[in-house]
Amino acid sequence: MEIKRVVFVGAVMLAASTLALAGPDPRPAGGTISGKVSYEGTPAKMKPIDMSKEPSCAKMYTTPPIAESVVTGPGNVLADVVVYISAGAPDDAAPSTAAVFTQKGCRYIPHVLAFQVNQELKIVNEDQTSHNIHPLPKLNREWNKSQPPGTPPIIEKYDKAEFIPVKCNVHPWMHGNFAVMKNSHYAITGDNGTFTLPNLPPGKYTVTAWQESYGDQSQDVTISGGETKSITFTFKAKPY
Amino acid sequence: MSETSAQQAHVHAPPEGFIRKHVFSLDHKVIGKQYYALALVAVFTGMFLSWLMRIHLVWPDAKIPGLELMSKVGAPGGIMTPEYYLSLLTMHGTLMVFFVLTNAPFAAFGNYFLPIQIGAEDMAFPRFNMMSFWTTFVAWVVLMLAFFIPDGPPIAGWTEYTPLSAIGKDAGPGMQWGASCWGLSIAIFCIASLLGSLNFIATTLDLRAKGMTLMRMPLCTWAWFITSCISLLAFAVLLPACILLVLDRHAGTSFFVPSGIVASDRLQPHSGGSPLLWQHLFWFFGHPEVYIAILPSMGIVSHILVNSMRKPLLSAKVVIYSMMSIGFLSYMVWGHHMFLSGMNPLSALAFSFPTLTITIPATVLTLIWLGSLYGANIQINSASLFALGFISMFVAGGVSGFFLAQPSIDIYLHATYFVVGHFHLVMGVASLFGVFAGTYFWFPKMTGRFMNEGLGKLHFWITFIGAYCIFMPFHYLGLIGNVRRYQSFVDDFMAPYMGVHKFITIAALITGAGQFIFLFNLIYSRFKGKEAPENPWNATSLEWSIPSPPPWNNFGDKHPVVYHDPYQYGVKGSKGDFVMQDSPEQVPASGD
Amino acid sequence: MMWAWRGTMGKFFAVVLVIIAVASAYPIVMHHYPLPEDISTHGHLIDEQLNETMIEAGVAFVGAQLVLAFFLWSFTGRKPGSPLKTFPGGAKGLVVFAFVIVGIEVLALGVMGQKAWASVYFTPASADAVQVQAQAEQFAFYFRYPGPDGKFGGIHPEKIDEGNQNYFGLDPENDVAARDDIVSGELVVPVNKEIHLMLHGKDVGHSFYVRELRLQQDFMPGLDLSLHFTATKVGKYEIVCTQLCGLGHYNMKGYLNVMSQADYDAWLKQQSQ
Repeated sequence: MEIKRVVFVGAVMLAASTLALAGPDPRPAGGTISGKVSYEGTPAKMKPIDMSKEPSCAKMYTTPPIAESVVTGPGNVLADVVVYISAGAPDDAAPSTAAVFTQKGCRYIPHVLAFQVNQELKIVNEDQTSHNIHPLPKLNREWNKSQPPGTPPIIEKYDKAEFIPVKCNVHPWMHGNFAVMKNSHYAITGDNGTFTLPNLPPGKYTVTAWQESYGDQSQDVTISGGETKSITFTFKAKPY
Repeated sequence: MSETSAQQAHVHAPPEGFIRKHVFSLDHKVIGKQYYALALVAVFTGMFLSWLMRIHLVWPDAKIPGLELMSKVGAPGGIMTPEYYLSLLTMHGTLMVFFVLTNAPFAAFGNYFLPIQIGAEDMAFPRFNMMSFWTTFVAWVVLMLAFFIPDGPPIAGWTEYTPLSAIGKDAGPGMQWGASCWGLSIAIFCIASLLGSLNFIATTLDLRAKGMTLMRMPLCTWAWFITSCISLLAFAVLLPACILLVLDRHAGTSFFVPSGIVASDRLQPHSGGSPLLWQHLFWFFGHPEVYIAILPSMGIVSHILVNSMRKPLLSAKVVIYSMMSIGFLSYMVWGHHMFLSGMNPLSALAFSFPTLTITIPATVLTLIWLGSLYGANIQINSASLFALGFISMFVAGGVSGFFLAQPSIDIYLHATYFVVGHFHLVMGVASLFGVFAGTYFWFPKMTGRFMNEGLGKLHFWITFIGAYCIFMPFHYLGLIGNVRRYQSFVDDFMAPYMGVHKFITIAALITGAGQFIFLFNLIYSRFKGKEAPENPWNATSLEWSIPSPPPWNNFGDKHPVVYHDPYQYGVKGSKGDFVMQDSPEQVPASGD
Repeated sequence: MMWAWRGTMGKFFAVVLVIIAVASAYPIVMHHYPLPEDISTHGHLIDEQLNETMIEAGVAFVGAQLVLAFFLWSFTGRKPGSPLKTFPGGAKGLVVFAFVIVGIEVLALGVMGQKAWASVYFTPASADAVQVQAQAEQFAFYFRYPGPDGKFGGIHPEKIDEGNQNYFGLDPENDVAARDDIVSGELVVPVNKEIHLMLHGKDVGHSFYVRELRLQQDFMPGLDLSLHFTATKVGKYEIVCTQLCGLGHYNMKGYLNVMSQADYDAWLKQQSQ
């Protein structure tokens, strides 16, 4: 009888201490929306970029790089698509790390940069030539700045959510995009066309996929607990 | 022209109080000094900008100390951005052409000495005169504002060709409000110049003293008179051009922008305009403008040379007619700035012939100056050094004009450093030499003190040799095809010539530093210079017959009467080898 | 003493003038700054005109400086009481000299010089010249060839999409002629064949300048301008913009790539694929 009571009390104490040590769960149980972005039809053939006017960049390539307006992957998938929660999630405060946009080899790296409203944007020039970065927003304040080699990074921020095309005033072929997001739930597809949006509390969400040439598409997804819901976006490719 | 009631009616009351005496003065002498002071500020600003440009050209990666304070966006980390170089270039040109070369030889000295030299008490319209200066001052403030606005000064050069200057911010940095500052400033400047020119013309025609026939006016007065005639028509065309430009920028008009223009990825909302129209309007002003810049200096130099040579020019009449022909021909040549612009190629020939023809009066002038030196008794002092140096510089700058006047050669030399060398030598150097000569010559009259001769001579030698070192190489660079208005030479093509550019930059910095000797001399001598008598140079024209500095109404109660032309030198006068214009003594003409 | 001092500076001035005149003429006489090689058919007319003008300008410049120097040497610091003299012939002689000698000289230059101008501008391109369209924009040149169908597609400014390499605003979806147009950052041409270059300005004023071709022409937005030339030597030559067009003006260039006919045909074929 004594031993049973000891084991019982011991088990209760063990359970209690385990619970005490574990503490309250720091995150609510999160669901995930994941999936793939693909296309149907024949996309336009991307042309090689002629950098002959800028020998200091042209010499960095053994074969000329290809334009990146539409980047495809094996299995008819699309890369560089921004997938994000456009409705159903509250706005998030900007993280303290900067989003970095690099000018290298007379191209923008990455081609599409997603970051949050009021998050610090840091623009770096790693080339031997001067660039003049000129984002072309419709809602935010428009500016352009020259960045000769050796000058400090440009620090900026945007206070409204928007997709902003970016061009270089000096090199006409240089194009990129800023995706300024309201919340932290966004992803950019890679070469395999897949995306994952984790840590979503239960709720009804609208997921939007945006591609710079094909526009955007939305789907509604409801998360009730910790499940993973899988969705697919299919864009109609344009031959020209 | 006898003394009339017109003359008596124009006398204004003696100035009372600080503001009336020194700020809003009706006195042409004060106004002349105010123009000079403004030109002085503008020339040192313009020179400082050119230093920054030259330093950046040869050391493009250099972190220039203090530049970031001037413009954080224009020079991040002290390294000049491409657009800031173009801003400096634009402001340098605008300041120098308008606020220095139109102001100093013409508005400053003309205002001060034209009325005195014709024997008048003041200008015909003293109130207009005061307005002219203060309007010019407002124009300068509006222009300088461009440095302080967020997007910076405009980047399209002092010529502000359209569509670059007309479509607004999509054209580039500084083309939003900076270019509007420019357009507004120049329009205001035009108004001021028109008022000033009217004044000069009315004064010269109406207020000459008894015995002062037109042919007895000193050569510098003639130069100011001819310049003001040219100026009236030229600025009258630039004013509407600037207004139309401002309208294109802000009121949605399309005088200068055609349809289908895409800049910054945006289709511009313009149609029906012509960029060529801007060029025609601008250069219709722009060419006479460069003669507005040089003619007064030609007059001043002629005037000082005669005094320094102690003998008259071979023919003052020929000089007057030559200056008149240059003024007249200056209106027929503007298209030589536009040979390659896309206008009808036949018109290129039509403009080329008058341009080549201008060589004739310019050669006549040069030969008269040179020929007059023969057998003279040349006195060397700071003023005469600059006057003689003017001849050398005018020839140097003028001969490169032979090349550019021919459309065939212009195909190759257009927009190269050859052109930059040409106009800097004639305008930036020769014209400025006239201003320096005038300053050293007339300083004793304006202040009652001499400028320091030793410093003046030092200033001359640094400037004369320095200017050749800076601008002669520009012609060589042009011959090999060095393109102008580039903030940096990034091509292998230019690599072998960077040594030449470095030499030019160093010469420019040294020559520029030498100008501080002049500035110091000017300010120091104003207060501590050796006192000067009424006629320190034994000169003949009317300004030397009145006290130094002159009283508010120039001739006091006397109304001068003129008996001679102003170049009675080399004669047996009672005071020496000269006879003053207002002296009734008759001496036999000097012969060999 | 004052007289002697003044005389010294006058003579020093004369010496400085002589040095300046000689030092300025020296690099020209010694061909230190030669013109780039001429690879055009009309360029020799320009070069001849330039050399002719250089001789006359040089003589005028050096002559004037030397005369000024000589007079400064002779007529400064003269002993008091020295007689004043008048230049023989006086003003009249000099005026006649200026009108007759200088006037004729200068106008002759103008008359003779128009040959070079005429050869570039007064003759149209021949009918079988190679057609290429040049577009100048902030801050690059792009060149368009009509492709195998020999027809240029239409330009639609609202369709310009530089990120997608559509610099000319072509509409291949709807415009069949535009589908085979070749767009290149280099101006590739066959040697010894006349080229008809049609200039189109996309945004602001620019200019086309190839030193070795002795050719320069502004692009005027709103105007259809054209040039024709024949390149006589294979090689790569810089095309630079010479009309201030904005912040990237200094870096606005392209290359003229003159190839043999065979290489050019191969290049065209390769671009069409």
